[in-house]
Order: sequence, then structure tokens, then C-alpha cells
Amino acid sequence: MKPVDFNFERPASLTDALELMSRDDMNVVALAGGQSLLPMMNFRMVRPDILVDLNGLDELRGSEIGPDRARIGAMTRYSDLASNAELMARLPLLASALPHVANSAIRNRGTLGGSIAMADPTTEMPAVMLALGATIRLASRDGERSVAADDFYLGYYESALESGELVIAIDVPTAAPGDAFGFYEVARRRGDRAMAGAAIARRNHEPRIAFFSVSDRPVRGFSAERILGENAASVEAAEGSLKEIDFHGDLHGGPDLKRHLARIVLRRAWAELQP
Amino acid sequence: MSRLHRVTIEINGEQVTASIAARVNLIDFIRTEAGFTGSHLGCEHGVCGACTIEVDGAAVRGCLMLAVQADGANVVTVEGLAGMGRAKNLRAAFLAENALQCGYCTPGMLVSALEYIESGESSDRATIRAHMAGNYCRCTGYQAIVDAIAAVIESGEGA
Amino acid sequence: MTGPATIFDKPNAYIGKSVSRSDARRLLEGRGRFVDDIQLPRTLHAAFLRSPYAHAEIVHIDSTEAETAPGVVRVFKGEDLIGVVEPYVGILTHLAGLRSAPQMPIAVDRARWQGEPVAMVVASTRGEAEDAAELIAADLDPIPEACDAETALDEDAPVIHPELGTNLAWERLVEVGDTDAAFSRDDVHVAERTFRFGRHTGVTLEPRSAIAEFNPAEGKLTFWYSGQAPHMMQFILAKHLGLVEENVRVVAHDVGGSFGIKIHTYGDEIATAAVARIMGRPVKFVADRFESFLSDIHARDHVVNARIAMERNGLIAGLEFDDLSGIGPYSMYPRTSAIEMNQVLNLTGAPYVLPNYRARGRVVFQNKNMMCQYRAVGHPIAMAIADCLLEDAAAGIGMDPVEVRRRNLMADDGYPRTSAAGMKLDDLSHQRTLQELIDTMDYSGLRIAQAEALANGIHRGIGFVSMVEVTNPSPMFYGVGGAPIASQDGASLRLDAGGGLRISSSITEQGQGTNTILAQIAAGVFGVPIERVTVATGDTDTAPYGGGTWASRGAGIGGEAMLLAAHALKEQVLEVAASMLQTTVSALDIREGMIVDGGGARISLSDLARTVYYRGNELPSDLNPELVATRHFRVTGFPFVFTNGAMAAHVEVDTETGLVRILNFWAVEDCGRAINPRLVEEQVRGGIVQGIGGALYEECIYSGDGQLQNATMEDYLVPMAAEMPDIVVKHVETPTKTSILGAKGAGEAGTGGAPAAIMNAVNDALRPLDASIWRMPMTPERILKALGRI
Repeated sequence: MKPVDFNFERPASLTDALELMSRDDMNVVALAGGQSLLPMMNFRMVRPDILVDLNGLDELRGSEIGPDRARIGAMTRYSDLASNAELMARLPLLASALPHVANSAIRNRGTLGGSIAMADPTTEMPAVMLALGATIRLASRDGERSVAADDFYLGYYESALESGELVIAIDVPTAAPGDAFGFYEVARRRGDRAMAGAAIARRNHEPRIAFFSVSDRPVRGFSAERILGENAASVEAAEGSLKEIDFHGDLHGGPDLKRHLARIVLRRAWAELQP
Repeated sequence: MSRLHRVTIEINGEQVTASIAARVNLIDFIRTEAGFTGSHLGCEHGVCGACTIEVDGAAVRGCLMLAVQADGANVVTVEGLAGMGRAKNLRAAFLAENALQCGYCTPGMLVSALEYIESGESSDRATIRAHMAGNYCRCTGYQAIVDAIAAVIESGEGA
Repeated sequence: MTGPATIFDKPNAYIGKSVSRSDARRLLEGRGRFVDDIQLPRTLHAAFLRSPYAHAEIVHIDSTEAETAPGVVRVFKGEDLIGVVEPYVGILTHLAGLRSAPQMPIAVDRARWQGEPVAMVVASTRGEAEDAAELIAADLDPIPEACDAETALDEDAPVIHPELGTNLAWERLVEVGDTDAAFSRDDVHVAERTFRFGRHTGVTLEPRSAIAEFNPAEGKLTFWYSGQAPHMMQFILAKHLGLVEENVRVVAHDVGGSFGIKIHTYGDEIATAAVARIMGRPVKFVADRFESFLSDIHARDHVVNARIAMERNGLIAGLEFDDLSGIGPYSMYPRTSAIEMNQVLNLTGAPYVLPNYRARGRVVFQNKNMMCQYRAVGHPIAMAIADCLLEDAAAGIGMDPVEVRRRNLMADDGYPRTSAAGMKLDDLSHQRTLQELIDTMDYSGLRIAQAEALANGIHRGIGFVSMVEVTNPSPMFYGVGGAPIASQDGASLRLDAGGGLRISSSITEQGQGTNTILAQIAAGVFGVPIERVTVATGDTDTAPYGGGTWASRGAGIGGEAMLLAAHALKEQVLEVAASMLQTTVSALDIREGMIVDGGGARISLSDLARTVYYRGNELPSDLNPELVATRHFRVTGFPFVFTNGAMAAHVEVDTETGLVRILNFWAVEDCGRAINPRLVEEQVRGGIVQGIGGALYEECIYSGDGQLQNATMEDYLVPMAAEMPDIVVKHVETPTKTSILGAKGAGEAGTGGAPAAIMNAVNDALRPLDASIWRMPMTPERILKALGRI
């Protein structure tokens, strides 16, 4: 279970990194925390010609907290996030979700940007960013652009990230007084990929509800948002509305299991919002 | 063939320099190039925790880092803990509680347990179990491991 | 059996004490020596190309490109080992009618499971060997496969070995009493269920590993491997590579978990030895985790249709079942893949008085990885059939599950006797262990709490198992059928000049604490502080001949051999001492390293040994001092020495998510004399957690066409710390009369019993919802389906 042979580059600046990423004659793969990528390389599912290690890019690490938004550098590790008390106070949904990400050793290396870019539909971070209405900031040699989390996820391990681009930061709206958040996931074992999970952010009585590990990408429950936005007590109707989601099964069970569990995680995550 | 990379890593206080291919992961480097075979490969995909080591003070998976990434880093493995007199009470507690059987998971188990104890967490068993959730042991059923960690914390004398 | 009773109560006795393990210190400082830690000069690393198909004709394998890849030394195909390796067949004569086909380490004409080796590369590094394996152009033509055991006997099923005619490997029938009459009575309650037990595997944390080195000057093969039975492996390598046995040295140093996975003949390991001989260079093979899942033996995978007839007073009137098990495309060599089914037929209902019993078992070939003996062979199936039907029927007649056991369990004073299946039983304590369990767990309090929880919509359940465990097997297990598997074990002790005791044994250490209990017995029986004992096991060049550690036989058989040898050496030493001290043997004893008499210490063992070794001139010329003793021991009179135990699980089922949380688990184990109670407890705990794995988590998930879907540790779920309960373990000690030591085995009870207790507890929790589940693992999806939620 050894990776294929590859060349390794450790650029000292984002500019250098983007230059390396721009090579289209080879399979150039960016290495962030590596906690998902290296297993895939060990499995030889990912076979880079060039591996571009982003771990030397201090400019992509750390967070800036503004009045209503936080900008989190893509190479900020989970453990950095969790130990940033001010950030956690302003992003309570993220704080709730982080302990569910794998385990401590993985959180010591894994990065937020890496998770976003990997677009694994079973993981927590994409759904949390979707619920929070985050914006993903991307850069390539040709410049920068922003994509709303709503538009970012396209399928299994598939996102709007284009060849030559890197996720450089995530802009996340921070909590305001009166906002409420809920997070719930069902996993067979602690730290496992969830069987199903829900992340909810409610601002001005308008909830954004994102599910993970129920479909080929993190998905929003739009009807449920509308129903619960109108009447916070109508959870049962909201659960019923989830049939609009395109459920995908996995080793835990088929779409019917996912549909059922989506209702449960919605109910339980929603219960966390209640005073 | 890719080019070789000359890397120097401080492992358990020893400077180890070698020219290696980029694909060599850190744990293979530690075991094969440096000859510290105390840390083990269990799954090579980051799940089992047998290769958990300290890199610049943080507990990480040795199979999920490339050796080239650790160039210039300071690495401590189970041998280093013993050599530097760290985790002495933890080892004694593992021995007293029989918190290991085959011993294959133990090097990673100790590093994860040490991280927990040194972070000042409580001796609450559920919290210990949650922290140790990333380290697989097929032999003990975990209870003795939890006992050992709790005993060290309750002793108040540190790891 | 009687013996030197003083060994259990003299001042320096260690038997019965929870001595800590000296091996553990070494392992805690990273000083273990596992196979992959050994780095020999000029080592070649092996990687295998494995069949991606469950069933395929091997049309052609072109290794031209692979042979020239960087670092590659050679590529071997199946045909390259013809004439080098004698094919092997997994049959035993005492399993009459069992059939299998000859097997080669690398497939020759056909690949018969996904994961079967079809080519082997040896290269300078494992990475290069893997690179080259990808470059092999293997023209494999998939052919229809027979994957599902339940259809493998159908008329139109592809026959995996055409020369055998059908996919039936073996069939056995047991019939006692008149079962038809019992079930046709109109005063009995009948409970009938179909049980399904998932395929699972051992997931040793250290994968299977081997290094082979052939020295042509001596014609000697040295084989370091991660295994449990060095002498068995010595025979197999010698026989199938055409070497004389004494020229094969097998060494098992530290072994990172085994659980029965590492007592079998694996093609990749045999190929490693064969290729080392051909190449004249050391060859190392360490299975990666994909290979572990695809080629380590699997186990369980039984479908059982079963029913029980119960009288209104709770007495069992009859039990019958039909067990079908798929074993993969071959019967595993040399232990065969028929043993698990055989055990199911032998053990089901063995704790109970069972007047009428009928069981049929069939094992069939299929195109999946091979199945064979894994920890608690057959036990979890046998215990679940009887104990889950028992509780099901008890619920049907409105009787408490404890009461129904009291009425049916064999009486503690009724031994020796035989079970329904004809197993000879003695020294068991079912009634007492059950009572101890009930007292320990506060059963009545739990029932009250359970009712209160239910009133709040929380579904909790309590489930039990009363069980037997097969331990200390006699030659009737394997040797009688022609297997090269020793049932006896040997132990040697040598008093060294410094007064220390060097001991060796043919049983092996995989973390159970084998070496520690051997030291305890030797130190205690002979009379030295345990710190003065050094233990050597696992090397066929130096260990006495014997079977190794499996089937919970180490302490009971190897321990008794050590006891006998230590006693013999003591007699020999005292004879020397009596001569030196001008007294009689009966006036002397050995304590704490000193020869003592009624007046106290007379001479140290070191002084005695130095006199013998250096200054023999001081001894009478007719005294021939012998400071080495060896003894062997085997079980006679019984095929197995059974242990028994009682366990209970307390669970909570989240009826919305289908997740089961184990709140409590209790076990009362009677393994006879516990040489080291803490080690016994840890065997029981570790075993229970593996049983929990089988009950709730572990399953090799195959697609219909024989593709293993979850060959990673992320997808194959093993029990982890966060979900496991603290487990209360208590002992009852009924020593076996087959030995002086009185020890039985303890390694498998937990794995054998826990699944039934948990299934009973889950069904107890589901009962108010009129739902039940009879399939393991009890996954959330299956529980939700049982509840009709999905």
C-alpha cells in the first residue's frame, strides 16, 4: 500500500504554488493536511506526477475575525481552529462540529481548506460551511474568485474547484445576537464518517439546513427551511419535506436508510436550536 | 524516477539524514532509515493509530505525513519517550493495569494518551474513551487502557 | 489427578497471583521485535498481483514489462512454483467425507476468489514491487461465479472444482432422541428463527508477515513469521518445499495479535519461502491492509434455520437446526474449514439438558475468500442458536430468562456426563456461575429500571448467555485426523550457574501473557524469585516440540508441562543438594533461590550450580547431576476440557437511529485454576469486545459477484474505545481433574458468548415494539428494518 512514485515540490509562496498548479501537462495535486489525500495516494487512487505541498505557505494559515465575517486561511488546521477561543465563540456551529471530525491526531494535521476542496459528501465541514452560507475563495495563476458554498459542491469528490486552482480561504459569516445553531450526526463509532448528519444556522428566523452523508454532496433542505422558517414548531412537516432530496446510499444502507436518518438528524439538530 | 530528496529529521534526539524518494512516508523513514522500529504500521491509511508519533510536539499519524514534509522537524517516538524519561508514570500504569497485550498498538496508544494527559483533561472515563477513539486495540477491549490513563490523572503526578 | 499440593500455597508460589508481565516493559519502551522490524541485508520485498475477479480463467500472464521495472529482480507466476511447492489439500481423515482440491500458493489455471495471488514480484523495495505488479499484463477471463452459499448447491450453480462434481465440501448430521416426536407434542411451545451470522475476520493489528532466508551451504531455511504454531509451520514448509524438517527453522518473536488468523497455511507466505530458496536471498512479505482483508481467513458466515420446543414449565423438549456455511473455494490447509460447522453441531445446547437434538451442517465451496478457524470457532453461532432460541421461547411462555436457564442448565453436581452431541463434560459450574452473575449485576434492580425507562420511551434490554468453551484439546481434535499439529506441549528448565532459571516452552506468546504464566509456574514450583526466570518461546531450534498457542490451550497444556518439568528439576536439584549437604531429599526444599531445611537457608542455588558446573570434583563420583529437565503433557481421557461461563449484557436501542449502546456487560468465567487472575480477566474482556464486534459491527461485505466492498479499516468496523463498555469480570474456579495445575483455557469465552447475550438484550429491548432481529451484525439499518422504520 505504497503510493506511486511522484515528484514533490514545496513552494515558498502562494504565487509559486499557483505557478506549479498551472501545469496542465501533468497530474499536479495539491497537498494540504493530507489526512484524506495521503490514504487515497496510498491506495493508488490518486496518482500525482507532482505533489505540491502547501504546508510551507504561512500566508494561508490563520484567521481574521471581522465585525460580521471571519476569514479562515485554507491551511488552518482543525486543531488551530478549536484552540482559537475567539473564533469558536463567533462560530458556534463550527465549534459544535469540530469534535466530530475523526480524532485528535487527524485534527492536528487536517485543514479546513483541504476538507472543503476534497468535497467528500460524508464529512462535516462542507455541510457546516453550506449551513453558514460561507464563501469559498479560490485562486489560480490567473487571479482570484469566490464561489458561494451553495454553488461549490457538484458531486462525489467533485466541486467547482478547477484545474490549476487552490482553495485559499473561506469567508464565514459570524454569529450575531439572536442567531441559533444546531448540529447532529449519527455515526456508528465516534469519529467515523457519519451515517447522516445535519447542520443548521438560523438567522433572523430564517434557517439554513445542510445535510451531509445522505447524498452525493452536502445538500440543503430548502422546503424544510421554508417550513421551519414560517413555524419553528412544524418539525414533522419539515421532515416530510425531505423527500425532495436525492438520497444516495452507501455501505451503511440504501437511500431509504438515508431518508429516514435525515429526518432524525434534522429533528435532533433542530432541537438544539430551541431555547 | 523522481528525484531524491535529502532530508534531516531529528528523531528521539538523533539527527538522521538520508536521501529518499518523495513517496517514502514518515513512519517508513523512522523505521527503515533511522532504525527506530518501535512505532508500527497497522493500516497505512490513518485509521488504526499504531503509527501515532509526536512531530514538533503534536501527536500525528506517521503514515499520513511524507518524510520530506518532516525535513527539519523534531520527532519523538515511543523509544524517545522512554529514552528521555517522559511518560514514565504512564508506562508504569500501563504495566500495572495490563493495558497492553500484543503491544503492537501500544506505541501509538502511549502518544495519544500522553497528549490527553498533558492537555490537562479530566479522568472522566467517557472523555478518555472519546479521546482514545482514534487508536485501535484488538486485544484488550480498551478498559485497562482507560484505567491506566485515569490512574495517572488521578495520581496528580503527571504522566 | 493429585500432585505436589504445596505448589499452590508455599511462600514463593506465584500461581494464582496477578503478576505483571515482564514482556510488557519491553513493549512499552518500543523494544518489541516484530517480523517487519527485522531488516536483513540483501532482502527482497514481495508484492502480489491478486485476482480482481471472484472466478476467472488465467489465460496468460505477461510479466515482460514488470521484469524490467526499476528495482525488480524477478516475477513469479503460478506455474513457476510447480515442482517447487507440493500442492496442499485441506482435509482430515476424522472428518469423514470432507473434500477439497489441491491448492498452489499462486493460482495456476484459475483464480477462485478476489484476492487470490496470480503473480508475485520481488524487488528492492515494497513500493517498487507494487509498481511492477501494476505493470503485469494479466489476461484473466472472468467466468460465472458461485458466491452465495445459499445458492452454491443449486443445480445451475457453477461448480468451483469440477472434479468434485458439486460445491458441497462436507455434510454432517447429529441425531439424538426423537426430535420429531418432541416437536409434534401439542403441549410444547415452538420458537423458530432463521439466524444469519455475518462473515468477519480477525483484523490483527500487525498484519501477517514473513521473512524467509535460505542458506544453501547448510540447506537450511529460516522463516520468521507472525504466527502461533512454529512447529506446525516447520512441518508444512519442510513437506511442501521438499526439505527435511530439522533444516527448517521457524521463529515467531513478538506477534501483534493472532486470534486464530495466524495458524493457517497462506499461499503468499509459502511463496515467500519458496522464492527465498530459489533466489538465495532473504524475501520479506508483509501484507498490507487490503491484502489482510482479502486473504486473512474469514469466519462465521452461517445461515441457520433453527427451532426449539419448550414445555410450559420451561423445560426444553427438543432443539433442531440446519446450518449452512460458505467456506470459500478451498478447505483451508491443514486445519480444514469444516471445523467451525463441526463445532456448531458439537456445542449447540451443550450447557443444557437436551433430550432430543437434531442438527445438520453443510459447508459449501464458494468464490469468496477462505474461511477457517478464528477465535471462538463455532462458539458464537452455537451459543446464539441455543440461548437466543431459549430466551425467545421463554418469552413465548412468559418465563423469565434466568428462571428458564435454572430449569434447563445441567446441575453442578451431575458430572461427568455427556452433552446431547456426545461431548464428554466434567468439572463445570453452570448453576453457580449464573447465580454469581445475577448477584453481581443486581438483576431485579435492573428490571425495575428497565420498566421505568420504557415508560419514558427509552428501550433498554437485558440478555444472557450460559456457555461452554472448548479448551485444552487432546489429540482427538486434529492429530487423530492426520494433521501435523501437536496436541502435547513440552517445557524445559535449566538451572544456570548464576542461580537463574532459563525456561522454554513450545507454547507461544501473542500478548496473552503466556511467557509470564510459564515463569510464574516455573518460579513457584521450582522455588526461585520470578525475576530470576528468563523465558524463551517461539523458536523451533530451541523450544521443546509442541503445538503452540491456539484453542485456549497454552495455560492448560503448556502450563502443566512446565509444572511437571519444574517439579522434576526440583527433585534433581534436591538430590544434588542432599548429597552436598549430607542429608536426605525429603528434608530439603527450595525457596527464593535457596536450598532450605528445617533450620533455614543452607546453600544458594548459585553455589550449588557453580559446584556442579565448575567443581564437579567436590561431588561424589557416583552422583550424576542433571540441572536440566524437560517434560511433556497432553490431555488424556477427554477430547477437550470444557470451561463454562455466564454473561449478561444491558443495552439501550435508539429506535430512531438503530444504534445500540452497551450500557453494561458482566461475565462470570470458570476456567478452572486461574494462574494469573488479571490476565484471565483481560482475556475475557478482550474476547468480549471481539464478540461485541461480531454482534454489532464487523462484517466483510461482498457484492453479488464476489467483490469485497469494505477492505479498509475505515469501512470494516472494529470496536473502538468510545463505544465499548466497562466490563465486570468475576471468577468461579472449578479446577479440571485432568491435570495437577487444574487450569483450563480462557481465551475464547468472551468472543463465544458475548454475541448471544447482546442479541438477547437487543431483542429484549425490542420486544415491547413487537420486533426482533436474528442477524449479526445488528447494524442500524437491520434494526430499523426490524422495527419497520425503513
